[in-house]
Amino acid sequence: MARTWAYLSNYLIYSSMAVYTLSFFAHAVETAWAVRITTEDSKKTLDYKRTEKVARIATAMMILGFLLLVAGVVARGISAGRVPWGNMYEFSITGAMAFSGAYLAALRKYDLRWLGLLVSISVLLTLGTAVAVLYRPSAPLVPALKSTWLIIHVSAAIISGGVFLLANTIAAAYLYLDAMESRGERTAWAKRLPSLEVLDQLSYRLVAFVFPLWTFAVIAGAIWAESAWGRYWGWDPKETWAFITWVAYAAYLHARVTIGWRGRKAAWLCLFAGSTFLFNYVYVNIWGTGKHTYSGL
Amino acid sequence: MSQEIQIPELGSVGLLRYSWRQLTSMRTALILLLMLGVAAIPGSLIPQRTQNPMKVSEYFKNSPDLSRWMDRFSLFDVYGSPWFSAIYILLFISLIGCVLPRTIEHFHAARALPPATPKNLDRMEHYASWTAQGDELEKAKAWFKTNRFRILEKDGSISAEKGFSRETGNLFFHLALILVLLGISFSSLFGMRGEAILNVGERFVNTPTSYDSLQYGKLFKEYNLSDFSIKIDKFTAKYNVETNAPEDYTLDVTFAQGDLTKFTKRVIKVNSPLKVRNTNIYLQANGYSPVVTVRDSKGNVAMQGPIPFLPQDANLRSIGAIKVPDADPQIGFVGSFVPTYARSTGNGAISVFPEALDPRLLLSAWIGDLGLDSGVPQSVYRIDTSKMKQVGLKSLKPGEKFIYPQGSITFEGYQQWVNLQIVNDPGKNFALLGGIVAILGLLASLFTRRRRIWIRAGKSIEVAGLAKNAAPGLDIEMQKFVTMLKGEN
Repeated sequence: MARTWAYLSNYLIYSSMAVYTLSFFAHAVETAWAVRITTEDSKKTLDYKRTEKVARIATAMMILGFLLLVAGVVARGISAGRVPWGNMYEFSITGAMAFSGAYLAALRKYDLRWLGLLVSISVLLTLGTAVAVLYRPSAPLVPALKSTWLIIHVSAAIISGGVFLLANTIAAAYLYLDAMESRGERTAWAKRLPSLEVLDQLSYRLVAFVFPLWTFAVIAGAIWAESAWGRYWGWDPKETWAFITWVAYAAYLHARVTIGWRGRKAAWLCLFAGSTFLFNYVYVNIWGTGKHTYSGL
Repeated sequence: MSQEIQIPELGSVGLLRYSWRQLTSMRTALILLLMLGVAAIPGSLIPQRTQNPMKVSEYFKNSPDLSRWMDRFSLFDVYGSPWFSAIYILLFISLIGCVLPRTIEHFHAARALPPATPKNLDRMEHYASWTAQGDELEKAKAWFKTNRFRILEKDGSISAEKGFSRETGNLFFHLALILVLLGISFSSLFGMRGEAILNVGERFVNTPTSYDSLQYGKLFKEYNLSDFSIKIDKFTAKYNVETNAPEDYTLDVTFAQGDLTKFTKRVIKVNSPLKVRNTNIYLQANGYSPVVTVRDSKGNVAMQGPIPFLPQDANLRSIGAIKVPDADPQIGFVGSFVPTYARSTGNGAISVFPEALDPRLLLSAWIGDLGLDSGVPQSVYRIDTSKMKQVGLKSLKPGEKFIYPQGSITFEGYQQWVNLQIVNDPGKNFALLGGIVAILGLLASLFTRRRRIWIRAGKSIEVAGLAKNAAPGLDIEMQKFVTMLKGEN
């Protein structure tokens, strides 16, 4: 029975990858096929009316891919009889789910469809790596992971990570467009992207929104570490990098709120903080030593 | 007529005041914060004495000169190093210097009434005006009350203010961080932490000599060790037959406290330590102890008992040393224990499953000087064979005997050992409280907006609003306020 669920989970993940691929192509088509028109003041711009239908398909595919991914993650959990956060394959599929979930949630409030191309390719790459490199058969948890804190600590960390990466993507978009604008005008396809101020605000809001959750993830981890390892803080590499990420985002929030950093400087600091999170996920999980060695690799 | 420019002299008091201001400035705090993050990095890349002393000595062996230099900069003890401490102590001084004056200021501000309504409301944001109907002021007052604004009524106008919990939360967040630091310091002064390796069947009595390693804080007194004893009854490890990964560890113990007359059965698991007042007993690691009997050439028993071996891989191939210093000449066995034996090409004996399904003890016997009297500390799992001579090699099944010219060794069987970690951490609850308050403070400070709303009633009604830090959302609130006043719903 467990094996059936594990196979089902794999099929669902493959299907979601196929649908994300369709979404990626739809987003690409939307950007590429928009007709270049010349406005009265002889400025070139893109007409997105012609591709509105494709844009809708792209978002619909993204939602479908997300639902399949959710189903795949849930099936994986059922197959193992636990939350699906026991090794790096499972972290990655859940992380991809959180990232595209964060995008879709933000889409309800802001028109972020311009970001869809980037989001769908990131999700595809994450899932591809997970399936090709990180895959491990579904199995029960090692004793140290058998705790309610697994659900609390890891879900908080994964959601924070998804939102941090979304904020990072937006900060990167900011820097790219900022460089483009300082060279002159935005190229036609970039014109429909939000203004620099909006991007700047958006990445800040995402970070400010999720920083308390990250703080909670770290504290929940400390409480769990206390019951599993006999100390709540031991400068284990994973803990150290979680701390570095926390400090970096704290610095980012202070720089914005208290000193008034905006724009380029703030975006770089945001990117730096986000990269400490990625480093923690990739480097410490795979090559690091210490107690958080659950990658299964 | 030119006036000479007077430069005030910076006396020692002035210099102190200047340095204090520099230290407590936001810019310095931000630099210190970033420095703290950067300073934490080397400790995650270079092995640390507190976590991995073996790796550190390996470093010293491989590149002694570089290691000595690195050690001078405390790179193997980053988190206890002078420079790391200097950064966080300066950061916390800066934080206190910043937060305390703000706390006092906020305390006064929170009790003061909002400032009077400005004269020209039309210069403010979110300004609106319409013809009065008469009851707007009462309506506004009621609305402010239900929405918990603090108000000042004066000359036909109301000035209302809300959102003080932003600063309150912010202050609580920072004060909570100080509490976390105090909790950590308290633990390091009054806490203790020790480890003991015990074979199944052995009894542990909580006195300093029972520990294999014991560290305690400067102000911890030995008589603070709680008096209890633990007898290891049974250790059960369950492994997954497909992945070989452990699924469950259960330790059954007989526990006695105080005068050690009342015994109770208890269970310790990885995520549920045994709690004795302030002391927690954790199940940390486990492994196998081969049970051997060593006899001399006349058949007299020179040594007998279980010897803990150190696991090397997930299938619990374990290495260890059996030292018999009382034999003449001294004899030592470099051993390897595999719970489920298999032969691999190239690697010799390996273990293919962590449970003891087909155990083997592989021994090489050495005769000579064990070097135990040299004063150099030795690992209990290794033998320095530089002054010894090998006299034989043998692979034993349980019950088998290996006879060499100087005597014999019998592999009687095996037992399991567990590593108990015993911790008294008196500051952890302060740190936890600090953590909880920090999150609540953070939520309050990030999700409340401080704003003012004014209303003046005359022939016409005028309203305006102002949000601190241009916080968003005031426009929606003002719309609701105006709709309510106009009685449109």
